[in-house]
This record gives sequence, structure tokens and C-alpha cells, in this order.
Amino acid sequence: MNAITRDEAAALDAPLVTFELNGRQVTGKANETLIKVADREGINIPRLCYKDGLETVGNCRVCMVEIAGERVLAPSCCRTPTAGMKVTTDSERALKSQKLVLELLLSDMPETAYTRHNEVDEWAKKLNLGKPRFEARQRVADDLSHPAIAVNLDACIQCTRCLRACRDEQVNDVIGLAFRGDHAKIVFDMDDPMGASTCVACGECVQACPTGALMPARVAALAVPDKQVESLCPYCGVGCQLTYNVKNNKILFVQGRNGPANRERLCVKGRYGFDYAAHPHRLTQPLIRRADAPKSGDFTMDPDRWMDVFREASWDEALALAGGKLAQIRDQHGGKSLAGFGSAKGSNEEAYLFQKLVRTGFGSNNVDHCTRLCHASSVVALLEGIGSGAVSNPLMDVTKAEVVLLIGANPTVNHPVGATWIKNAVKNGTKLIVCDPRRSDLQRLAHRFLQFKPDTDVALLNAIMNVIVTEGLVDQNFIDSRTIGYDELRKNVEGYEPEAMAPICGIDADMIRDVARIFATSKASMILWGMGVSQHVHGTDNARCLIALSLMTGQIGRPGTGLHPLRGQNNVQGASDAGLIPMMLPDYQPVASAAVRARFETAWQLPAGKLDAQPGLTVVEVMHAIKSGGIRGMYVMGENPAMSDPDANHAREALAALEHLVVQDIFLTETAYLADVVLPAGAFPEKTGSFTNTDRLVQLGRQAIDPPGDARQDLWIIQQIAQRLGLDWKYGHVSEVFDEMRHTMPSIAGITWERLEREHSVTYPCVKEGDPGEAVVFTDTFPREGGRARFVPADIIPADERPDADYPMVLITGRQLEHWHTGSMTRRASTLDAIEPDPVALVHPLDLAAMGGRPGDVVTIESRRGRVELYARADDSSPRGAVFVPFCYYEAAINRLTNAALDPFAKIPEFKYCAIRVFLGGEAPAQGSYGGGQALHRLQATRPA
Amino acid sequence: MPEIILRRGAGAYICGEESAMIESIEGKRGMPRLRPPYVAQVGLFGRPTLAHNFETLFWVRELIEKGGAWFASHGRNGRRGLRSFSVSGRVRHPGVKQAPAGISVQELIDEYCGGMLPGQTLYAYLPGGASGGILPASMNTIPLDFDTLQPYGCFIGSAAVIVLSNHDSAVGAARNMMRFFKDESCGQCTPCRNGTAKASALIAKPSWDLELLADLSTVMRDASICGLGQAAPNPVDCVVKYFPHELEPS
Repeated sequence: MNAITRDEAAALDAPLVTFELNGRQVTGKANETLIKVADREGINIPRLCYKDGLETVGNCRVCMVEIAGERVLAPSCCRTPTAGMKVTTDSERALKSQKLVLELLLSDMPETAYTRHNEVDEWAKKLNLGKPRFEARQRVADDLSHPAIAVNLDACIQCTRCLRACRDEQVNDVIGLAFRGDHAKIVFDMDDPMGASTCVACGECVQACPTGALMPARVAALAVPDKQVESLCPYCGVGCQLTYNVKNNKILFVQGRNGPANRERLCVKGRYGFDYAAHPHRLTQPLIRRADAPKSGDFTMDPDRWMDVFREASWDEALALAGGKLAQIRDQHGGKSLAGFGSAKGSNEEAYLFQKLVRTGFGSNNVDHCTRLCHASSVVALLEGIGSGAVSNPLMDVTKAEVVLLIGANPTVNHPVGATWIKNAVKNGTKLIVCDPRRSDLQRLAHRFLQFKPDTDVALLNAIMNVIVTEGLVDQNFIDSRTIGYDELRKNVEGYEPEAMAPICGIDADMIRDVARIFATSKASMILWGMGVSQHVHGTDNARCLIALSLMTGQIGRPGTGLHPLRGQNNVQGASDAGLIPMMLPDYQPVASAAVRARFETAWQLPAGKLDAQPGLTVVEVMHAIKSGGIRGMYVMGENPAMSDPDANHAREALAALEHLVVQDIFLTETAYLADVVLPAGAFPEKTGSFTNTDRLVQLGRQAIDPPGDARQDLWIIQQIAQRLGLDWKYGHVSEVFDEMRHTMPSIAGITWERLEREHSVTYPCVKEGDPGEAVVFTDTFPREGGRARFVPADIIPADERPDADYPMVLITGRQLEHWHTGSMTRRASTLDAIEPDPVALVHPLDLAAMGGRPGDVVTIESRRGRVELYARADDSSPRGAVFVPFCYYEAAINRLTNAALDPFAKIPEFKYCAIRVFLGGEAPAQGSYGGGQALHRLQATRPA
Repeated sequence: MPEIILRRGAGAYICGEESAMIESIEGKRGMPRLRPPYVAQVGLFGRPTLAHNFETLFWVRELIEKGGAWFASHGRNGRRGLRSFSVSGRVRHPGVKQAPAGISVQELIDEYCGGMLPGQTLYAYLPGGASGGILPASMNTIPLDFDTLQPYGCFIGSAAVIVLSNHDSAVGAARNMMRFFKDESCGQCTPCRNGTAKASALIAKPSWDLELLADLSTVMRDASICGLGQAAPNPVDCVVKYFPHELEPS
């Protein structure tokens, strides 16, 4: 092929040319469009199909200009200048075309307005167009089949901005242009109703549409917002910036903002998953457990029936009980009898204060959060190998990579906007290698797809490294100058010939060789991974292999290379940075170090020797410690271990066995149901704070609405509890907390609150004020002793629980696009709940058929620890014998089945593998007052006529 | 012998436009591309491409075997060469006729098509298919060739000559053509997609809004992406120019 890709064309340096524009001499690059030059010169040319960021197509013909000597007019959005060209944008002839084309489109615009910003109307007004002289076309029927997006094709001008947004930006390839002439029509898949199509509801098309032909459903965007608040998405670790459009303390709709990680893009959760904050289940008053309501781990609950177990209380009473009892347990049984779980959904400031509360108020290091359940193993391996637990390169670097190796991750579901950058990179020539036991959507774009057998990561990766070593594809210079421990690694991988590993991992030796060569010999290879790597008893070993692969080929420390564990939660990076982990003080400073403790004792004005030197217990260890009597009281902020912990029945029993449990949350979660005191907190859009995304970008989330009823912001609640533990805290504004943080955390020492307010986001490391922040790290040195990275060999360790005759199949758990984590937010978001209303198990169609079942039938899944009954969905993305179940469904809480076996280094449980049996039949899962599409039904019922 | 790959089209009129044909060969929707770049610069699968009419390919063998002088020895009315005319309409023997370039429509009818159908007389003719315009019988001596019809607002196009008789009207033909363009427009650009639909509606009326049609015609010619939209107003403009008697006073 000698076609020039768009990326290359844009990057080409072009000579400057001088030409005449409306009689003026102007200068522009020879590959720059006339409309861009005109914009720069302050000359306003009408445009509709043109939108910055989308490929130019020149189909609307509104931007026509006259070029001297040419037979016809030219679209200024597509034409580039040549020296001496004479361009007129406002001649009689050009204006005639601009106006008449607009008039043609205007004549077909419906009477009803679907948007407050119809660009056809706006340009018609600017060009003083009167009533159009043409008769309107026949009315085009609307399509209201989608819960989030209304399709009003009678306002469609066939400009294909939606199509390009769908195809080129998000690369979902759902929207097409079908039929000819005046029948030309925007279609979804094969002209299916949008709601029945493969649309993933990212809403990029809505954001791109100039006329309201694609709009948020139920005319949500027609109301005039009182205010627009620049904030962040509360869901995954990609860290998309967005704008909340607010009216009367209610979020009307959300738009993508031009953040470094998302550049205006969003996914279905970010764009349509905001109305959970207004759900009637919101806790608005502190609750105290009734004396006649004993706790039991074996329960079925409904948040609507909170009064069965709780009574309402004042803040004074609730805080006195919550804090008082924690203090009492501490004083009677010591600080180690208490534990706290913070949240990766809270801000950096909340995480920081929470760990400070546990460490100084409880007096132990028993503080952890859900990072333990997601990337703990990656962090352990990264700290050990390269001295930093964060990513080496931002996700956006995939666009600079020649090869991207994606393993154990499903970003189109879990990091959807991040996935769009991968897809864009592939379209521009990057080779994507997908390694996953499950065939994810990205496989469609993969250069190589390795569907290896579940649990055989180390076998596969060691075999790849074996090839690189044997064929001499290592970067010896890099190994010699920047690493230690290579000889041990080399010796270790020598025993992993591809031929020997092929039967174990299920990938042909030739394919292993091929991938090894592609990865090792490219100019820039980047590795991305997710929970499929980390959530194993050998999760740390898996990550060690990836690190070794990167180091031995020298594929780190440059743009488009490096290691990127895709962070799950919006602030799992920041919460970990802030010290919500039992063995580390903020900024990964080990509690075991006396010097570190002394530094924090000074910073926190504590007496010397006050901080505990012993690392605390991790999430799953805390549950065991409750059962053994070691932990008596807990403070849980915004986490739901009763749903998210492995072997959830055991976790629930443990939580029920606590003497005192304080839960701070926005809904009555399964964990809150077992609490003695429930404190109603603020949802994401109800507070301001900083959040750190997967790229190490510290970004500002700003308050858009007020908490409902008597719910309070978390920072206030933490401080109230702290005061009742005897801590004299008086933080006023959230910025005061941030300021304290940056003075204890060298990585962010240079980031000021004012800068965050001004720039919205700053990358760390940012050591000194004014530093730009380093997006790509380890360019010269690694933050380990001697500045060298370390190879750590790994050998095959099998999963803790292998299939056997009684439990012959394998359970893989994870998430689905529409739902977040334990579902407490997303299942109360009307659109998300409407799209995925019911609990499903993704069963291979042949396995389902072998059981005599059909899609939609109820199946029962059992492990040694529990059982659930839910609906089967035929899905051949998993291999036969493996069943995938998302863990967000309370009526079929799959973590009742998972295995709490831990990785020995990181204490991360093996969520990705346990033995199960599956059979047809069972009770249909019983839903309470949410889920099953109820939120949307309520919305439609209350919608004003 | 280089490999020859034959691709079968699906019959869309627009895919006779070279860049739409290229898109179609690439497996895409048949939509013309914007120029520049021209297909000679960036064509099939991004490569410089020479797009040729099948008739040209047909003459290659003859030219090699018999030489250019032989080809140039043919011709009439001052034009040179041979041309394949596809004659349809009210003639006795319609079909593809190999005739000298520059032949007039009257000569073509009389010498190659057995004259008009019995009892019918030449009323008008379309020299170049649906896009090439409509001329009255009084202009039956214009040589049919490239560049000879331009002064009359018409063109030879693919040399598909349609003959109309006293049983027909130019207005009827124009309506028919515009309906055809409305159906065959690829739907990509506004002047053609909307323009052909609006023009079709305007000329379906008994009385024509000539001012609006003139505006529309200008903009379709000036602003359409490809020849289909640029030439679509030809039949209408020809009716206004050569057959005003058919139009009711507005």
C-alpha cells in the first residue's frame, strides 16, 4: 500500500504557501485546509459536516468557496492552498451556494426542535436566510427504541458526523449510511432500531450531531441548564473529563470535555450513568441499627425496607455511637482490633484523611481498599521490579506504539474510552496483540489473537521470553546498563521452550515465536494488562513476567513503550498513592521504615514512635481476622465487601460477626445492611476533590449538585469520626487536605490546588512547583537502588482450585460495560439498568445446548462455597467449559462462589478462576426495589406530558 | 501477461463515475470521492489509477492491428474516428451503432436506425444519456462528438442517444430524468441529494417556478461533488431554453 494514512498526512511537515483570501495575502501550510486558514484569519465560513477532530468529508457543501480559474466551487473544509491561489469566500457566487444549500436543508427541518443548538438554524440566521422556498420532505419517522438516545431522523441532514464519530473515533462501526438519493439514511447495523442494534451507547454520535437528530432521550437536553460544572467521570480509571449540565440541583445531561485522557469522548457509563445520585434509595439521614434486628450473614435485603433493621437518627447521635464505640474498642482491645476500608471511588483527600484516621486514630495499619482486589499483585511486582507501582506511560501512548500487547484485559468493556485510543492506533497501523482466554471485542482488530487456556499466563509469557532469549532478540545494551538479575531470568526461561508450553497454554509454538519476534523487534512495544493477569494466586508472577518481557527487550522508558496496568476505579491510583494500603504510608513509603515513620510523625505532629511499624491486614485477611476474633470493629467508607469480596458468604458472616460496624455510603449496600451505624454520604457530583487516573493524572472533580436531605460530604464525616476518636482535626476547605498531602508525598509535591483549578489536571511525578509533570517515566533510570530495574523469574503455579469430577467447569468473574463493580450505582442509573437489567451468566452456546438449555433459561451455578441462579446468555467469547459472570447483581451475587485463595505476595484473591458446576433450571432470580429496568420505568411514569 | 481481475458491478448508475466505481471495487458504498486528489494521484486502494471507459479498451486492439491512420480516416462533419452510439427511443431499429464520430442525430437515425417509427416525426433528442441535455428537432444537424455540444449546454457523455417523437414531450422527459437522478444520486452531498428531490417536486407541478429552478440549477452545478449532481439540471435547463412553449405561463 502506498496510501498515506491520516496520521502521517497530518504529521507531514508541509511548506508554507502564500495565497489570496478575500483579497488579502495570507500564509498557511500547504496541507492545511482553507477553512482552518480562514478561521485563523477571522473569516467565518458556514459549515455543517465539518467538525474539528473528525475526518473531513466535504458532503454538506455549505462551506463552498470560489477559487479563481476553477470551473466549480470548492469545499473549503477539504481544499488546501497552493501558492498564488485566489480564494473568495464571500463572492456573490460562493454566497449563493452557501445560502441555497442551507436553504435546501432548512426546508427539511422539522417544526419541532430537538436541540437548543441546531447548527442549520444557527447558520441560516447568520446568513439572513428567510423562509425556505422549497417544500419540506415527507416526515421521517423517529426511533425511540433506545433508553438513552432518541433518533429523530426528520432533523437529519446526512452530514455523517455521527457515522464518523462511531466509525473513526469510537470505532464501534454501528452507524452507517444506507440507501441512495433522498432515501439516504443513517442506519444502525442493518437498519435495525437503535435499541436493538449493537450500539454500545457511548453517545459520541449524539455529541457529534449538529441538528438534534440524535439526542438524549426524553428531551433531557432541551432544558436550559442553570450551570455547567467542569468535573470528571466517577467510573473507571481512564479519567474522562466531563461537564455536568445542572438545573434545579439536578443533572440534566453530561457532555465530554477536552481532557488529556478522553478529548471529549465518553462511554455509556460516563454519559448516561449519572442519575443514580437522584435515586430514591439515596440515604438522607443517619441510621442506627434497631435493638431487635440481629445481624446475620445469610440475608436477603431490600433497600426500600431499611426500616426493618434500622431507625433514623440525628447526626449527633449517630456520630456519637459510631465514633464512640470505635474509640471504646480501641481503648479496651487496642488499635489492632479495628480496621478501616477506604474507597477507590473517593477523592485523594478522602483517601488520605481516611488512612490518617486509621493510622493515628485507630493506631494501626489495618487500612486497605479494593486495590487489594484488583491490581495489588501488579503493584507488588512493579514496586519490586521497577520501584514504582504506577504506569510507565499513559494509555494515550498506544497511538505512538508500533506494537501493543494487551493481556487479560477487556478495555472495550472496562475502559471504553481508553479502548478507543487503542482502536484508533490500530487503524493508524499499530499492531495489536491480544492474549486472553476470553475473546473480547478488540480481537476483531487484533493483528494476532492468542486465546490461551485460562490460568496459563506464566507458561505463555515464559515461552515468549524463551524465544526472545534463544533467538537473540534481547536488548543486551538495555539489560547491561539498566537492569539486574537477568541471568537468573534467562536460566529460568530456558526451560520453557514453545513446543513444551504449547500443550499447556494451548497456543502453537509457531504463534508464540511469531508474537515474540513482533514484540521484541518493533521500534516501540507497549504492554497493557488488566484483572485477567492480576486476579490469580499467581497474579504477582504474571506481572513479573510482563515486566521481564518489557525489560529484556528494552521496551520501556520511551514514548509508545512501557507497562500500563489498566486501573479499574476512577481513583484506585490516587487512593493507593494516598496510603490506603496496609503496608505503605502515602506515596508508597513503607510503614516498616523507621525513617519514613519519623517523617510522618513530624508532619502529622505526632509523638515519636506513635505510628505502628507493623504492616496491617489486607482486605481478605481482615475478614479472616474478624472470624478469629482479632478484629472487632470496622469503619467502611464507600466499599461493599459483602458483594465484592471472594467467598462472599464468608465475608458476610464475618461482617455480621463484628461488634461494631460503621458504614458510610450513599446507598444501603449489602455491607451497610450489616452495619450498626450507617452514615449517609455524598455522591461523586456532590463534592469536590482530586482524583488520579490510570495515567497518573491528578484531576479535579468539582461539586455540581448538593447532597440530598441530611446526607453529608465524606470529608466532613471522616473529620467528625476523627474528632470522636480524639483527633484534633480542623480542615476547612478540601484544598487544605491536598496541601498537606503534597507536603508528605514527594511525587505530587509540585502540584498546587490553584494549578489544579486552573489546568484541571496535572501529571505526576511533579516534584517542584512549575514542573510540567512527566507522562513517560523511567527514561534514564528506575526508582530502585542503583537506578536499575530487576528481573524476577516466575514458574508455573496452578490455580488454587482446579476443575474436577464434581465441579467440572471454570468460573471467570468480571464486569460488563453497563455496570460498575457491585452495581450499587449503575443498577440505579436508569439507562444502564434498562440496557442490562437482569443477572446473566455468559455460557458457551455449545455448553448451553449440551445442557438442553436455550438463551434466557435460568441456570444454577454452584461452587464449594455457594450457589446462584440466574439467566443464561449464549456467548462464545469464553472457551467451552468456562462461564463468565459479572459480579454486579445482588440477586445473583457471584462472589458467593468465588475462591478466597490468595496470591502469597500481594494477597489478591483468585477472582478469575474457581471450579463450578452448572445445570439447567432453578428459581428465577428475585429482584427487589431496583434492577430489572425499574428506574427507567419510574422515570417514564413521572415524565411530564 | 499481467493478471486481470474482473469485478462485477451491481448496476448503480453512480458507479459509472470513476471514483465511485473505485470505491465500489474497494468493497465500499459507491460514492464519488472529492477531488483533488484525482484518481490518477490517489485511486484504487490508494494507488495512482488510470480509469478507462470500456469503449477505449475495445478500440485498443483495432488501433494496434489497423493503426491510428485507419481510425482517423473515419468521421464526418469535420470530426474524426469511430464511436459506438447506443440509440434508443422512437426509431425503427434501436441498438448500439458503430458510426463515424461527428455524425448528426438525423444522419444517425436515417442511416443506422432505419428512420423514425412509422408515422412519427423527430421532436427532440437527448444526445448523451440522461445527463447530456435535451435538444429540439430543429437542432438535428449538430455533429455528435466531444466538445461539439457544449455551446448548446449539452454533452455527448456515453453517447447514449435517446430519440423523442411527436408522441413525447420534453417536459415529460425532464420529469423522467429528474426522477431518475433522484433515485440514482448517491445521497452524499446536499445539492445533489436534496437538489434532485426538490427539483423533481418543482417540475412535477404544472407550472414551474423558473427563478427558483434557475437558482437551484446554478448551485447544483457549482456545488455538487460529482458530475451526476452537476449535470442533473441539464434536462430542466434545456426545457426552459429550447421548449418554453411546453411550459404553462406561471
